[in-house]
Amino acid sequence: MGIASILTMLLTGIGFALIAIGIGKGFGMHSWNPQKGEPYECGIPTEGVTWVQFNVGYYLFSLVYLVFDVEIVFLFPWATVVKEMGMFAFVEIILFSLFLFMGLLYAFKKKALSWM
Amino acid sequence: MIKLADIVQWIHQWLTDVLPAFWATIAANALAGIAILSLVLVCVIICVYMERKVAAFMQLRLGPMRVGKWGSLQVLADVIKLLLKESFVPTRADKILFVVAPVLVLTVSLMALAPVSFSDGVQMWDMNIGVLYITAISSLGVIGVLMAGWASNNKFSLVGAMRAGAQIISYELSAALSILAIIAMTGTLSMNELVQSQADGWWIFKGHIPAVIAFVFYVIAATAECNRAPFDLAEAEQELTAGYHTEYSGMQFGMFYLTEYINMIVVSIIASTLFLGGWQPFHIYGFTAFNQVMDYIPQFFWLMGKVFFIIFLMMWFRWTFPRLRIDQLLKLEWKYLMPISLVNLIIAALCTVMGWHF
Repeated sequence: MGIASILTMLLTGIGFALIAIGIGKGFGMHSWNPQKGEPYECGIPTEGVTWVQFNVGYYLFSLVYLVFDVEIVFLFPWATVVKEMGMFAFVEIILFSLFLFMGLLYAFKKKALSWM
Repeated sequence: MIKLADIVQWIHQWLTDVLPAFWATIAANALAGIAILSLVLVCVIICVYMERKVAAFMQLRLGPMRVGKWGSLQVLADVIKLLLKESFVPTRADKILFVVAPVLVLTVSLMALAPVSFSDGVQMWDMNIGVLYITAISSLGVIGVLMAGWASNNKFSLVGAMRAGAQIISYELSAALSILAIIAMTGTLSMNELVQSQADGWWIFKGHIPAVIAFVFYVIAATAECNRAPFDLAEAEQELTAGYHTEYSGMQFGMFYLTEYINMIVVSIIASTLFLGGWQPFHIYGFTAFNQVMDYIPQFFWLMGKVFFIIFLMMWFRWTFPRLRIDQLLKLEWKYLMPISLVNLIIAALCTVMGWHF
């Protein structure tokens, strides 16, 4: 069906979600009181604001992830032709992943892969 | 024997006869969308019932028994209950993102189903980059999760969403590398051609040890990507109430709940298409009578059987392994799964180049 199928699934998803939530809104109860609007933190009143900077102990992982995700994007076209190209593609990918592996080892050595 | 592809063909023929070309295309697309949506919803209903029953039997209880025979209408009752609940938006939440997040998450997981080959010739679009498309689209879901966590203005939600983000992007690597091991052996990204290539044996049998390792790693990574126990840190009940959907209620929560199961179905479909032969029946070389009996089971049921087998595996994991801590989780991925699956990919490539697989 071509690219229309992606559009169809997009519209199906949005349509279904909107209809389901709409029915829920139509049938559901409606009541309001000041306590109900508060964030649910197990009954204790919220302290301060939530949208603050906090230390994400694993932010370095996302940087390393970026490198390897790009690598995988390069590997997809390689994987489709490795059967036809034979030994040349194999040697090439060994070199390619060797460099990336050294990058991973460097990150490992710099303790980027351990809990900060 | 009537094939699913024939029925699809009849409907298509009838539509083109009755309607003008433009409206026929629109009607065909709408029917396909509705068909996949209802298939997924039925699968989710079975999954939820199965989840509760499997959990119950593993803990030596009976599970839901009151609503309907053997509790079979329990899920329906849950849906009605969710519909009657209020979809509430907290006062201090970011209203737009809060409302958009469940819609986005659900849409993205449904879009991933477009190139799935359900049976021989029953497929929405046999795109030549099918597997890449599914991996790319299904990883968009993490944006919806982060959106939900951030918009809720709740500390539990935010921590849950950040954890979910770190976990989903990390495990995507080993999942993609395991997929690549099979792609290297097949040389195609199209879902239909991948299934066709397994007519003489599934890749898990044909591909020797690299394929088996890739399958095991893919199932582990898929469990983590779906945020399921033992990797359910994003919604660890004891620490974070419900993680990124703490503030959601009613049908908006229902969307997140639905998406969780649709994601499970999507990763199971990928796993069964790549490793377990998709809709190819199980054949043993030389056993002609056995093979013919297996051929009588419709291809669609073969696919669904494999999908539910992998979903059962994931449920089994849930009640077998204790939950990991966040640093253990990231260590498992970056220090073990990722390097090993990279080496495994190279071994798989060597097998392909030397022609060691069947």
